Amino acid sequence: MAALMLRWSCLGKRWVLACIDGGSRHGRGAAIGLTSRRKRGQSSVAQQPLIAVQKSRKGEHEWAAVVGLEIHAQISSNSKLFSGSQVHFAAPPNSLVSFFDASLPGTLPVLNRRCVEAAVMTGLALNCRINKKSLFDRKHYFYADLPAGYQITQQRLPIAVNGSLAYSVSVGKKPSQVSTRTVRIKQIQLEQDSGKSLHDEPRSQTLIDLNRAGVGLLEVVLEPDMSCGEEAASAVRELQLILQALGTSQANMAEGQLRVDANISVHHPGEPLGVRTEVKNLNSARFLAKAIDFEIKRQIHELENGRKILNETRSFDDKLGCTMPMRDKEGKQDYRFMPEPNLPPLLLYDTASLPPGADPQQVINIDWIRERLPELPGKTREKLIQQYGMLPEHSFTLLNEVGLLEFFQNVIKETRAEPKKVTSWVLNIFLGFLKQQNLAVNESPVTPSALAELLNLLDRKAISSSAARQVFEELWQSKGKTPSQIVSEKKLELMQDQEALERVCHTVMEGHPQVGVEGRRKAMHFSAC
Amino acid sequence: MLGRTLREVSTALKQGHITPTELCQKCLSLIKKTKFLNAYITVSEEVALKQAEESEKRYKKGHSLGDLDGIPVAVKDNFSTSSIETTCASNMLKGYVPPYNATVVQKLLDKGAVLMGKTNLDEFAMGSGSTDGVFGPVKNPWSYSKQYREKRKQKAHGENEDSNWLITGGSSGGSAAAVAAFTCFAALGSDTGGSTRNPAAHCGVVGFKPSYGLVSRHGLIPLVNSMDVPGILTRCVDDAAIVLGMLAGHDPKDSTTIQDPVKPFTLPTSADVNKLCIGIPKEYLAPELSSEVRSFWSKAANLFESEGAKVIEVSLPHTSYSIVCYHVLCTSEVASNMARFDGLEYGHRCDINVSTEAMYAATRREGFNDVVRGRILSGNFFLLKENYENYFIKAQKVRRLIANDFVNVFNSGVDVLLTPTTLSEAVPYLEFIKEDNRTRSAQDDIFTQAVNMAGENLTSAIPEPHAKEPEQLHVTSFSYLPMTNELAGIIETFVVT
Repeated sequence: MAALMLRWSCLGKRWVLACIDGGSRHGRGAAIGLTSRRKRGQSSVAQQPLIAVQKSRKGEHEWAAVVGLEIHAQISSNSKLFSGSQVHFAAPPNSLVSFFDASLPGTLPVLNRRCVEAAVMTGLALNCRINKKSLFDRKHYFYADLPAGYQITQQRLPIAVNGSLAYSVSVGKKPSQVSTRTVRIKQIQLEQDSGKSLHDEPRSQTLIDLNRAGVGLLEVVLEPDMSCGEEAASAVRELQLILQALGTSQANMAEGQLRVDANISVHHPGEPLGVRTEVKNLNSARFLAKAIDFEIKRQIHELENGRKILNETRSFDDKLGCTMPMRDKEGKQDYRFMPEPNLPPLLLYDTASLPPGADPQQVINIDWIRERLPELPGKTREKLIQQYGMLPEHSFTLLNEVGLLEFFQNVIKETRAEPKKVTSWVLNIFLGFLKQQNLAVNESPVTPSALAELLNLLDRKAISSSAARQVFEELWQSKGKTPSQIVSEKKLELMQDQEALERVCHTVMEGHPQVGVEGRRKAMHFSAC
Repeated sequence: MLGRTLREVSTALKQGHITPTELCQKCLSLIKKTKFLNAYITVSEEVALKQAEESEKRYKKGHSLGDLDGIPVAVKDNFSTSSIETTCASNMLKGYVPPYNATVVQKLLDKGAVLMGKTNLDEFAMGSGSTDGVFGPVKNPWSYSKQYREKRKQKAHGENEDSNWLITGGSSGGSAAAVAAFTCFAALGSDTGGSTRNPAAHCGVVGFKPSYGLVSRHGLIPLVNSMDVPGILTRCVDDAAIVLGMLAGHDPKDSTTIQDPVKPFTLPTSADVNKLCIGIPKEYLAPELSSEVRSFWSKAANLFESEGAKVIEVSLPHTSYSIVCYHVLCTSEVASNMARFDGLEYGHRCDINVSTEAMYAATRREGFNDVVRGRILSGNFFLLKENYENYFIKAQKVRRLIANDFVNVFNSGVDVLLTPTTLSEAVPYLEFIKEDNRTRSAQDDIFTQAVNMAGENLTSAIPEPHAKEPEQLHVTSFSYLPMTNELAGIIETFVVT
């Protein structure tokens, strides 16, 4: 647990930069100065028990909180949504900018097929109805990193609607008490990302990087079916896993590929919903949970003290752990939506409606995509539980850590050891070592084959459990050696010859009669404690 | 040589009667002589001579690229031209040099055309006179014709000749004047509500507005995306067909272009109008229509009838709503399209650096003229959440009714409509500027603009074929224009599907 906390605080530090900017704009989470290449933001945060302020009592009143989410996931594609420029994280500033991305006059959008397919896949995986006809709109606002002065989005008729997302939260004190909840998905829409602004306050300059401008986003709108930070964080974590399984988004929150805005209100059950606030640009699951729980508490506190909740946009200060009104969001925004005239309606087909003789390059067949959907995390966990008799919470941990499931499966493939043994080693010892050293699975010095060999040695009782532990530590430190090598170098084999073992014992006892008696006494002493 | 048609001069080039360089030099010197017309904003002399030289090499090797090889052309200054300044006649884009060619420009160059320069227009193509650009108004070449001078002498005595020149119409007035003054053989214009056909009518040349989706808009700096079409200006219909053949077709860079292959455009050698049914929209018989245009219109109708065509009266009942509907849709798209001109990535930027917002405001105030700013203001008003339903949505519904008017007429067996282009012939500048841009645009677009509204593909989408677009014949009176080619004189504009 200490390792996890350490990593979080490290994340927090990195986000300080992002929040300076995030607090001063109303577009899509502008993660400025966020140039870290690290891929490790995605630990099992949702598993972490968080302070849930579902109910608070004062007098006879009981409060219920209502939480909805708007999630922006960057589509994993080679090129941008409407232009041919490449999509690449942490490329040199303004090196991935086409004429269209810089909004040169006369340039026109051309829809990227891959992005549409990603939206359809995501929609299907989230049980949505895919609209066979969807439309694009312009959303206008002036901002330095939005070169056209408008964002192309799908306000009127989005590509997918009416879906659902099942996620699990731990209830009660034991981690094994897991409850499955469902949040409805209102819609999924395709839209453009904005560029990034870097505010250089001392020189009072703003620097613009348009590399991100025009990258495809999936905006996933979750209905207000959640009631606390933990639920929201768990739902986001599950969505993250689904997107990663589909390959439609890398969904790495630390790299800004997944950004969350939360709508929060409180009310008395049975009464109309309260006035809601929006907390913008939440860039980690932990901050999401914290911000929501803080905001629920704040709203209840305000109302109980006779004050009113303003319909406002707030940002989360991760250092102070509180939300604050965003200054530039005080004025009323009117986005002056308008149909995008340069893009005809987006038409999708299924096998039944496919026009005869249609060029497969020119049409998208929903059924074809449905048939090729990969296995989703829910199904994977179910299989793990069935196949290996794994506890549900263990199946969650295996999936939540990037690359851990693959590691586990590779070990299983190569070892004769019991699956339960493998699970225990992977989740306790292996993961423990990773956490301690703040490493990702793919950075582990121990390969699946090495662990498999070690477990084989253990399985055929060639070594003891404690020796195995020692071998593992050796493996971790000295890359390249096999477990067998270490065992023989360190002479850790268990003696299999009963008679020889007895002979050794006798020799020792006879040679040191005093020590033998003392040792026995000490051992008894310790066990009595 | 310069007064010939494109086809004629193309033949002369092929036969070696003149070389591309000679032809180019002749045009360049005429451009200099007619500089007072203000038809060109930029004359790309060096580029043109180089292109002519290359063309000459091709002719010498017998590798001509076809009918356009070595032909001097001009392009309206709202089409992006790689490494040639593209201004839209606005302070906002003064000094802006695009890094790419508009698809239509590239297609012309690929066929060996020689680019003489960029032609004048109303700022961002907003106007119907070519009088509202930052480089000053375009003068109609016919102002200096013998016929016009004689006519004026009879009417008014003692007027200052220099100040009473005629407008070209607009907004593609520079292109129309360039073609009419023989400084090039074809020019590109753009047409959103009549901007190609109107100046063509006033300058006595052919102005052709292709159907929406037939010719790529990629690189055309937009006025109204859903109505803009690149236009073609030539001295005869046959030439327009040649140029159209070079430009038409799907462009992967413009998702609104039709995907079906385009058939070649060739005019029949003999004009047989026997099977033609020509519709005369009764709503176009406006009270403001000048008696000259009116009589010319009926003369044309009679001519068709006498040649065996069936001429009938038809009704386009929603015509009168067209202009106001256009105003809402046009200004809304203008407000949106102009949002990108913020001084950050390209174009004019003011010196104010107090804040980003202050910089935007000053840049846009300095960069745009009153007409552009007025349209941005109205457009943003119509797009406000509280107004959207009442204005934009209603205008879209009316647009549908207008489009249906055309569909109904054509479904009833009418092949083409015969209509005037403008209310009257070109007026003198001093008279024209008595009314503001908005009033003028509303008056002058009356016969041309409805077809732009009908043109947009309102329902279908790629890869579906686009809806059939109305065909419309415009007639114009040129009382001071010698009618050398009767057909070209009558069919000022036609639209093909």
